[in-house]
Amino acid sequence: MDFPMFHLDWLNDRFLIALIAILHVCINHGLAVGFIPYITRLEQQGVMNSSANEITNKEWDAMVYKMMKVGFIITTTLGAMTGVGIWLSVSVVSPSSIASLIRVFYWAWFTEWLVFVTEVVLILIYFLTWKNSNKSLKAKLRHIKFGWFLSIFSWITMAIIVSILGFMMDPGNWKTHHSLINGFTNPIYIPQLLFRTPTAMLVGGIFGYLLTTIFTKKNTELRARAVKQSSIWMLIWAPLSLAGAIFYYRAMPQAMKDNMSTAVGTLQFAQYYDLLKWIIVGAISTVVIIALAGLWKPKKIRFAMVIIPCLMAFGFLGIFERVREFIRKPYVIGGYMYSNLLREEDYPLYKRDGVLKYATYTTTPEVTETNKVEAGRNVFILTCSRCHTTQGINSIVTVFEKMYGKDKPFDEGSIAVFTKNMHNGRTFMPEFPGNKKELEALAAYIKHLQQTGDVIEGAQNEGVTVNPNQSVEAVVKLIDKQEKAKTDSLAKVQTALNK
Amino acid sequence: MFQLLQINTPVPRDIPLDLPLPEWLLITLLVVSFLMHIIFVNLMIGGTVLTLWCQIKGLKDKDYHNLAHEISRTITVNKSLAVVLGVAPLLSISTLYATYFYTATSLTGGMWIAIIPLVTVAFLLTYLNKYTWHVLDKNKPLSIAIIATATALFLFIPLIFLVNVNLMLFPEKWGTVKGFFSALLLPNVFPRYLHFICASMAVTGLFIFWYMGRKNYPFEQYFEKLTRYDVKKKAYSLTLAASVAQFIIGPLVMLTLPTKGFDTRLILVILCGAAIALPAMWWIWKAITGKPENIDKHFGKVVIALSITVVFMGSGRHVYRSNALRPHQKLVAANTAEFERLSKEARENPPTEQAELQIDSTLGAVAKGAAIFQMNCSSCHKEKEKLVGPPITEMVSIYANDKDGLKQWIKAPGKKRPDYPQMPTLSQLTDDDREELANYILSIKK
Repeated sequence: MDFPMFHLDWLNDRFLIALIAILHVCINHGLAVGFIPYITRLEQQGVMNSSANEITNKEWDAMVYKMMKVGFIITTTLGAMTGVGIWLSVSVVSPSSIASLIRVFYWAWFTEWLVFVTEVVLILIYFLTWKNSNKSLKAKLRHIKFGWFLSIFSWITMAIIVSILGFMMDPGNWKTHHSLINGFTNPIYIPQLLFRTPTAMLVGGIFGYLLTTIFTKKNTELRARAVKQSSIWMLIWAPLSLAGAIFYYRAMPQAMKDNMSTAVGTLQFAQYYDLLKWIIVGAISTVVIIALAGLWKPKKIRFAMVIIPCLMAFGFLGIFERVREFIRKPYVIGGYMYSNLLREEDYPLYKRDGVLKYATYTTTPEVTETNKVEAGRNVFILTCSRCHTTQGINSIVTVFEKMYGKDKPFDEGSIAVFTKNMHNGRTFMPEFPGNKKELEALAAYIKHLQQTGDVIEGAQNEGVTVNPNQSVEAVVKLIDKQEKAKTDSLAKVQTALNK
Repeated sequence: MFQLLQINTPVPRDIPLDLPLPEWLLITLLVVSFLMHIIFVNLMIGGTVLTLWCQIKGLKDKDYHNLAHEISRTITVNKSLAVVLGVAPLLSISTLYATYFYTATSLTGGMWIAIIPLVTVAFLLTYLNKYTWHVLDKNKPLSIAIIATATALFLFIPLIFLVNVNLMLFPEKWGTVKGFFSALLLPNVFPRYLHFICASMAVTGLFIFWYMGRKNYPFEQYFEKLTRYDVKKKAYSLTLAASVAQFIIGPLVMLTLPTKGFDTRLILVILCGAAIALPAMWWIWKAITGKPENIDKHFGKVVIALSITVVFMGSGRHVYRSNALRPHQKLVAANTAEFERLSKEARENPPTEQAELQIDSTLGAVAKGAAIFQMNCSSCHKEKEKLVGPPITEMVSIYANDKDGLKQWIKAPGKKRPDYPQMPTLSQLTDDDREELANYILSIKK
């Protein structure tokens, strides 16, 4: 509404965010939150299992260092940039929602940032002083202590961000209180944290397991010991991860039902939800199997055996993010802002006057007989384009063809009737916000899309056209009018007093 | 003042939520955290450029090859801090200037998103250069190619940020910009960029002076001919040269900036900043022309003076932004208030939608039911074919003798079939509507 509409018409805007966010979650959970304590524990074991005249077992320590190097390089490049990338992508795809969230969560994010700075400083110290710390036992023990500090700070960054995620799904009574505490007290917070913590440990463990098969030679004692240690680590966390997953899995629909009854209960959700059950069981059992194999015949373990369970464990994390994203629909901020970035409270106005009138950028401030398709395009950009493309991923044409049959010419009337009522049946969809003319224009445009295969370039390529209703000229007139009304009413009071 | 703004200037509405902190505090946080961020960005970029330069010189001179390695090792830390320290100013500018900053990033969105892969690749290349240093000793051109690519990326990426913080200042240009490259061509972008690059070199010079001059830095271990004095003198000369250049580029930046943000306060702040740099430059000059043992003499004072300059310049930057945007912000506030008023008014008097039924009188007794069906059901149900839900003919076969059952289902639909979505509750229908509907549905023959 108020921002130029960035739009990726093939990839889909939401998909861009999802891609970056899921990559980040995998790196954050798998290579930081879960991996650092795993590495620190291994480093500690090197000291414990060394002979009396050495500080640490050199061969072991060198292996653990190499594993940490992989973690360090990935987290400080792709990990850091996808973290910032979530911001960068959300700010162009969903500027109104992130700008609103920042105003509520400034302190949470600021605290998060302080913890994050500490985390980065600690990871730099931990990795870059590793070799120097091998010179004395005292330095080595201090180094290990830094590893544990780093583990704690990595966990805290996750604990804070989860509250913001929880908040987006269920702001609770935020609408009356506007406080960030809601993020921590909402019913999904604890289940999420109890799921994410052991799962991160598990994913960190399997990633480390994979690395040991790269950094040790086949059939060596070193590999056998490393594989065994990873297996023990994974077997400790696997049951906790399973319990956490079940807890979270059960809490999700209940929390949603209690609070806003959105997408839950629809076919689409049921599909995900069913799939999730299998993925929980599948991922955890493969991880447990490879861990048991590691205990049973540690020397026989090969890279090729570990890569599949490792990918499954990361996939497991990814699918949970997808479900989490799905259940907050139709909102982007529960009960406040829909995923089309329009506030629920402004809907009566949009329904009365239309969305185009209030759009800062549009080529058609009003629907007329001659501009119907163009106006429909503008309505599409304003109200559909955050989740739908014209011909790409989650294309509006495909969505309707799924319902009405592929390659059958659309009927504008049916599309208009459906769009008007869709939020009743498809509760993950926000209600169509515009007025009747805009609805008809949109239907005409969707038909046009099917007929012509037309596409849309986002504002990042084609720029924007300022709506004359929302230009400096219009607002200056508005201010003049307000001033005049003020002086008029003052004058009236004056005359009344004089009488 | 309003008349200065062009007519085609948009006035978006602001986020109608209170700022989380008093404005002055947010501004302080913004300026301070930005300066912390930019210092490390300077070091990251300056460090990469110097590494490349030393590596090229190192083809002939082994000491320079080692110097390149030493400088490249600092990039790891500086680049990580640059990224993480960038979050706070990003957070603060998004809070204070959401309307402006997010508009700019949306208008240059493709390149804005490209920051993620570009920076990631640049970082990976610096690691590659650092961790393959000894492996590539025999293949120096490859090593140079790696760092040269990283340098090129590092020199390009600041332009993306600059284009955005520049574009956000000029709402009057938003309607004319078509993507990143057209925003890049706004007249003041390149002078600002040069200003930034010179600052990077000046800051990096001071950093190298300190880093390699530290007592516990094992200088002699790395270099054969080069002495500490040599490196310090070179580092200082770099700072001095870059600072002198700023006295040419600085006025150029001022000349190319649109006048709308200028006032005496701004000029005063900038002049103070420039004035404080002068004694620092004089001390550096004395140090590099004086006796080798005296080169450290004024270092502390130089750092303090130039830090003050940086704070003044950072504040000047904010003063310009705040001046430039103030008139437009007033319009935004007025437009936001007006919208909130209209929205409230519409909320309190919701439009009553009198749906007009399209009655087809040829249908006789079931005409009204048919019209209700058309309006409420036809998007999912067809007469003979499955659409979203089952066809009418199927309803008839189930409810042919159970009109009440059909009405009850419409009133409170459930989920019957595993392969169909659940039917929504149509709360807009009355009992009479359901009666008419059931009559119409059951009138359909197979």
